[in-house]
Amino acid sequence: MLRFLIRRTLGAAVILLIISALVFVLFYAAPRDPARIACGKVCTPETLALVKKNLGIDHSLPVQYWDWLKGMFVGRDYASFGHCDAPCLGYSFQNREPVLATIEDRFPTTLSLALGSAVVFLIFGVGTGMLAAVKQGKPLDKIASSASLIASSMQIYVVGVLATYFLVDQWHLLDRANYTPFTDDPGKWFTGLLVPWLVLSLIFTANYTRMTRSQMVESLSEDYVRTARAKGLSRRTVFFRFAWRGAMGPIITIFGLDLGVLLGGAIITESTFSLQGIGRLSVKAVGTNDLPMLLGVVLVAAAAIVIFNIIVDAVYALIDPRVRLA
Amino acid sequence: MSTPFLSLRDLKVHFSTEDGVVKAVDGLSFDLEKGKTLGIVGESGSGKSVTNMAILGLHDPRNTTMDGEIVLDGKELISASETELEKLRGNKMSMIFQDALASLSPYHTIGAQIAETYRKHTGSSKKEARDRAIEMLRRVGIPQPDVRVDDYPHQFSGGMRQRAMIAMALVCDPELLIADEPTTALDVTVQAQIMDLLKDLQQEFGTAIIFITHDLGVIADIADDVLVMYGGRCVERGTKKQVLSAPDHPYTLGLLNSMPSLDGPVDVPLSPIPGSPPSLLNPPTGCRFHPRCAFAEKVSGGLCSSEQPKLEVTEGRGSACHLTSDQKRDLFADFAATRHN
Amino acid sequence: MSNTNPLLDVSGLTKHFPIKGGFPIRRTVGAVQAVDGLDFQVAEGESLGLVGESGCGKSTTGRLITRLLEPTGGKVTYRGQDITHANRKQLAPIRSEIQMIFQDPYASLNPRQTVGKIISGPMEINDINPEGGREKRVRELLEIVGLNPEHYNRFPHEFSGGQRQRIGVARALALEPKLIVADEPVSALDVSIQAQVVNLLQKVQKELGIAFVFIAHDLAIVRHFSQRVAVMYLGKIVEIADRDDLYNNPRHPYTRALLSAVPEATVDAEPRERIRLAGDVPSPINPPSGCRFRTRCWKAMEKCASEAPPLVQVDGNKPGHLTACHYPEATESVPAPRLSKDPEAAA
Repeated sequence: MLRFLIRRTLGAAVILLIISALVFVLFYAAPRDPARIACGKVCTPETLALVKKNLGIDHSLPVQYWDWLKGMFVGRDYASFGHCDAPCLGYSFQNREPVLATIEDRFPTTLSLALGSAVVFLIFGVGTGMLAAVKQGKPLDKIASSASLIASSMQIYVVGVLATYFLVDQWHLLDRANYTPFTDDPGKWFTGLLVPWLVLSLIFTANYTRMTRSQMVESLSEDYVRTARAKGLSRRTVFFRFAWRGAMGPIITIFGLDLGVLLGGAIITESTFSLQGIGRLSVKAVGTNDLPMLLGVVLVAAAAIVIFNIIVDAVYALIDPRVRLA
Repeated sequence: MSTPFLSLRDLKVHFSTEDGVVKAVDGLSFDLEKGKTLGIVGESGSGKSVTNMAILGLHDPRNTTMDGEIVLDGKELISASETELEKLRGNKMSMIFQDALASLSPYHTIGAQIAETYRKHTGSSKKEARDRAIEMLRRVGIPQPDVRVDDYPHQFSGGMRQRAMIAMALVCDPELLIADEPTTALDVTVQAQIMDLLKDLQQEFGTAIIFITHDLGVIADIADDVLVMYGGRCVERGTKKQVLSAPDHPYTLGLLNSMPSLDGPVDVPLSPIPGSPPSLLNPPTGCRFHPRCAFAEKVSGGLCSSEQPKLEVTEGRGSACHLTSDQKRDLFADFAATRHN
Repeated sequence: MSNTNPLLDVSGLTKHFPIKGGFPIRRTVGAVQAVDGLDFQVAEGESLGLVGESGCGKSTTGRLITRLLEPTGGKVTYRGQDITHANRKQLAPIRSEIQMIFQDPYASLNPRQTVGKIISGPMEINDINPEGGREKRVRELLEIVGLNPEHYNRFPHEFSGGQRQRIGVARALALEPKLIVADEPVSALDVSIQAQVVNLLQKVQKELGIAFVFIAHDLAIVRHFSQRVAVMYLGKIVEIADRDDLYNNPRHPYTRALLSAVPEATVDAEPRERIRLAGDVPSPINPPSGCRFRTRCWKAMEKCASEAPPLVQVDGNKPGHLTACHYPEATESVPAPRLSKDPEAAA
């Protein structure tokens, strides 16, 4: 297990390195020059050079990348901003704030949104899916199946607007979406995020319902499930101890990947409810040619996915003794 | 005559599918005494596995209709409740399957799977059940049972997995053991080991065994009585000796003739049964074997295609065929000659 | 068999599958010795049976001969041409002459192609245009294998298992091969159907003069089909002989045990000798030293552990009957020792 973790962590580092290099190259392949934009309308070559120097982009591409990398590990000194401690992700071209601080500021929102909705869609999705599998072919199963099909074809911005209109504005059942840090007021944190959680989890719930159902149905037809019944175990025991065990692996795999994606920011949900998370940050960074910020959010998103990949593989090995980590 | 230990009377198992009703078993009767082995022979779709799943009550009631009687030690099983059946399964009657790797849970250790059965039916402690599992593994010939008890099925070899299956099936000293092609997936040398093991265990515990197989050679080795199934019905039954050395149904004869042997002639072609096994969705009218039967024309009046032959059994011997015994004597005469030159 | 040039000549054939492992950089840490030094020939029109239990390397051998796999060592010569490491281009003409029939008639036919398409596939790939067109040839082939030529446009799922295996045979025959490697061609079929397919293959072999390498675990079927039989154990041939020599006068203890374990559907014949081998086949990753069978052999001595027995014509064997054993079984004339039925005693 330890060997596996070491090997995979090294691999993950390499992947992140490659991704950051790619972003660097792609960014400079784009026609717009960030120094030019920052320089303003009246821009003499001298000011442009100064701006470049201030932004730390007055060197060739490899040197810039090297400087950036070095900043990650030993910190970096900027002409205009002064010293930036390691891990230094640089300063935003846009608002001159340190990138790391901005991300640290935004990440809790994204984390709360992702974890909260994950809890919702796991409970409802997996629960409904299992129920549908038990009642295979019965009305409940059919209702669950059709409902999940409808739900998964909805769009977040539509559902989000509708939910806000009815649940919040018309019927006053729930609070309007806003983010209060958990540490400030857990109650407000919860009520403020409830609507986004429900909306964001809707599509996931539908997908998990369908996936759980089909996995359970498949797993219930396994030979070892038949054996368990032939041993005299009750339907209930067989369902939870044997069939569910078999269905769990694929569900956890998908769940890990979904969570990784969600932690990289739920762009549409954040925009719909005006939440300041990583998703909106990344959209803005792209829109404003803000290379350091873009690199920062891309790395966070990539790291989330890579880390959850490792976790998924490790968990899979715990569930299924046939899987050996190497 | 006293009541038999296991008795099936006119068992019918029908499945409703989207394409129609599949009559997987359509009127099957037999008796089995303790300590005896009944071999059920048949090809795919003959209904042999369906019959035995029916005895354990393992068919999905949502799409299965069962009719007739299954009486185990005086208790009728078709009308029994699920809870009653759960108490019997793995306890008084148990089953081993063909593919031991797929039939054992990959997520639980061998020991846990054996112990689980024991605990369920005896209510013993975890410790007792584990000791019992180790003892059973030793009994079926697993080396170092106290270590291997914590292994997972994939860590066992094919033969050992089947031994573990047997240990699991026998952990509660069942009186009826149903073995569904338990050696088909195994190599011959391992198959021989497993059959010896089953015979030894049967002698020790007096278990009644139903041994399902498509291999008449295996039947010859292990069975006392034989029941030959075709298209969901019994076509012939008798003692092993009667059925194998003096077959009384064209299908049994055909099966025996189609098998190459280790000492028969080699330069003549084999004598296969033409055609394929019947569809159970639309079984042939009359005798289900008649489209493939070499002798169907010998019966006058097209009886074979119009009327289902009855299975007349006297003292455990009988076959379901329209041919008269005189006809059979003539037609089957060269059987012995071709088989044992 | 050795006086004329054989159709297929295999010498020292070896296939080791590497095992990857190690830390932190993955590398080859061992090998599955699936096939380890096989020598045999197949004459034109001859059928060689390859028998053995699972894991003995018989299927791998089939794939090496047809060059679906590349050998790790040794040499495969087809009609005088060394094809051991031949590349795709060099193999192209030979591929049409060596065909393969597989075990699973369900998995080995493309479900989306018609029978006509499946059978004419090899002709298309090799750009062969028989007289009268491909369709005519396919209809002929369907007739040869006992299927209705009218079924040209049907799909595989419309056929039963036995009929599908016939389609597989027709496909193998499409290019008029000289050698067919049949890997367990009947073991997935019902008993009553097996005989149909065996008869068909036998007809093909005799009437078209095609040589066969017939891979199977069923000794009775191999006996029926093959003029010569090789018995494999853990990647090696332990005994090879003409059919009658092998079945009537097995000299290797393993051959003997294998034969004695085959259940036969007879009750009135006198009971045959019963040898029960203990345990399972050892792992081909770490096969026993010396003779690979020694761990399950009731006659094993020290010499068996230290020295691998060569495959030779041991005393009392007819020419062409080779046995790899230091202490071969007595010949037929001497009564065989009654062996213990208890596997523990043999161990």
